[in-house]
Amino acid sequence: MNPQRAAWWFLTPALLVLAVFFLLPVIAALGLSLTDYDLYALADIRHLRFVALGNYWDLLHQSAFWSALGHTFYFVLAGVPLSIMVSLGSALLLNSPLARCKPFFRTALFAPVVTTVAAVALVWRYIFNTKYGMANYVLGAVGIHPVDWLGDPHWAMPTIILFAVWKNFGYNMIIFLAGLQAIPGDLYEAAHIDGASPLQQFRHITLPMLAPTLLMVSILTVSGYFQLFAEPYVMTEGGPLQSTTSVLYLMYNEGFKWWNFGTASAVAFLLFVIMFAVTALMLRVARRGAAA
Amino acid sequence: MSSTTQRRASLILHRMRAMLLGGVVMIAAGCASPHDDGTTLTFWTIGREGEAVVKLLPEFERLHPGVHVKVQQLPMTAAHQKLLTAFAGSSTPDLSQLGNTWLPEFAALNALEPLQPRVDRSAVVKQGDYFANIWATSVIDGKLVGVPWYVDTRLIFYRADLLKATGFNAPPRDWNEWRKALAALSKPQDGIYGILLPTNEYEQLMSLALQQPEPMLRDGGRYGNFRSEGFKRALSFYVDTFRLHQAPPITNVEAGNPWDEFGRGVYAFYFSGPWNIGEFRKRLPATEQDDWATAPLPGPDGAGVGAAGGSSLVIFRQSEHKDEAWTLIEYLSRPDVQQRFYELLGDMPARRSAWDGDGLRNDPKVLAFREQLEHVKPTPPVPEWEQIANEMQLVAAQAVAGTLSIDEAAAEMDRRADRILEKRRWILDHERHAAGAAP
Repeated sequence: MNPQRAAWWFLTPALLVLAVFFLLPVIAALGLSLTDYDLYALADIRHLRFVALGNYWDLLHQSAFWSALGHTFYFVLAGVPLSIMVSLGSALLLNSPLARCKPFFRTALFAPVVTTVAAVALVWRYIFNTKYGMANYVLGAVGIHPVDWLGDPHWAMPTIILFAVWKNFGYNMIIFLAGLQAIPGDLYEAAHIDGASPLQQFRHITLPMLAPTLLMVSILTVSGYFQLFAEPYVMTEGGPLQSTTSVLYLMYNEGFKWWNFGTASAVAFLLFVIMFAVTALMLRVARRGAAA
Repeated sequence: MSSTTQRRASLILHRMRAMLLGGVVMIAAGCASPHDDGTTLTFWTIGREGEAVVKLLPEFERLHPGVHVKVQQLPMTAAHQKLLTAFAGSSTPDLSQLGNTWLPEFAALNALEPLQPRVDRSAVVKQGDYFANIWATSVIDGKLVGVPWYVDTRLIFYRADLLKATGFNAPPRDWNEWRKALAALSKPQDGIYGILLPTNEYEQLMSLALQQPEPMLRDGGRYGNFRSEGFKRALSFYVDTFRLHQAPPITNVEAGNPWDEFGRGVYAFYFSGPWNIGEFRKRLPATEQDDWATAPLPGPDGAGVGAAGGSSLVIFRQSEHKDEAWTLIEYLSRPDVQQRFYELLGDMPARRSAWDGDGLRNDPKVLAFREQLEHVKPTPPVPEWEQIANEMQLVAAQAVAGTLSIDEAAAEMDRRADRILEKRRWILDHERHAAGAAP
């Protein structure tokens, strides 16, 4: 038996599992997105119509889809940089030789990641309550008018972003921390001897050495943030005025609330295409940056 | 990264597969497992009703030895999905509680057993004893598919003391009087409003729209009819309440604790349903219990109708114990059992004779409901209604926010309703052609 064939034999079980539980469902979903499978089709399969790209066409002509896409991009564009900055900042602080009680802070800052969204949402809803919430109480103490955090369509998404960043930054922080600890100390020593300021050290040693970690973290975060669902689901139910309805939320409503599985599958594939394009672009830009 | 996306994308597929292939497993787990001797009935309840109904069942099992009832309580938020999944997987229970607005959907799925023959033979379930339009909600396309269990309609709770202090000795009877009372009781600059109308609940606007002569859908539920004069009148009244600052433009998520605020006089009116009688009794101090009262809905000119809500009891076609399931429905429909059910939970009986009990007859807070229930209208009996009502409310919220005029909002509602009803139109036309082609 030649080695190549042996390799295939070893791969077969994994490939089979992938094919049955991953590839097949994806192909079936793609097929479903070309039909108008809904409640009536569930009742009587003769009510199923093949609509080709009709679902996609309808979606692209629906303001609800575009506004959901807009909200998702808003969330990604504002949330991802903020989340990465907070993660990197806290990782730098934890990695600083001056920091005390590191294990405690590391655990405390990571804690939000392992909490349940639904449970902490309850607490945050109280914090952001317009009349009795702590957020407005603190603002009031410095003389700022109360903000209708979750009720004002302009404030709801920033509030969701704040909540999501708080919930997720700990995960990236741990990855950054590992990346920082892998940077050899003698680089900093040499820079120090050459008279580089801490800012210059950060700019010319930490950032370039962290670049691969940064790329991985941003791709993971972007794809995670594109799938915004749980936060608005528990905080605002997509409101007010649908200002926090994301693409995935739209899919959930179409599929599981109204049982329009054809449309829901089409939404899922559109989101997939968009995320694929965005991450491909990110990789390309990063590669060009590395080559330069 | 693509794996996570596609995992989401294939979520649907997992459900579908669970429904289609897993059906066998679910039948084994759900329907079978008979009691040692006799029959086991599976009864699904939605929301709080399950807790109360288990207290009524020992008596039923005593009267019907050999029948054991297994109650499964579905949470309100997951019930709809679970029922549909069960249907797709052929694992429906023997009988279930089903919200009146869901009946058309399950009737369209042909999932429900027609009950008229059983009612005709029954000594307990007598159609004439039920509120007429509540009964009508269970009749879909001329077929009776459920027996009304408890009723629910929205009307007004009001602070009688505040109304009296501003010179209103009786609750408003029509929209004109209502508007005047709202104006007198609102002080928006102090954060005091006449009424709370959460902008993400469609029931309030829908109740006002049901008071109009024109239905909200036309041509047998083929098209939206929101551009009718009547609907626009209802929408204007609704939107004006916000524009005149007589209601705050907030959702029920932000309203947080409306009971407490009603008690403190932040709202003088509260547009809600029977379950809030219990809430107000529980949450407001004893000294404030005489300050609030309930009244039937004011109409455009004189007493108005309300929405015929509530739940019915249904038997699924797939059930193998339909006779036993019917005996349980008969038991739960007995006036004395309905009275006990009311005492346990506050769910109001669907039949008039059950209202003769002391608990209901002598309670001034529930009398308004008794009066309102004689004047209710069913919602349009199409499976898509809930989705249409949701879209209606989303557009109405835009009108409240001032981004759409009344005419624009009505046109947009029609546009959305027509799109949702496209498949229904196709099926109705299809069936007509099929019927025409047959000899």
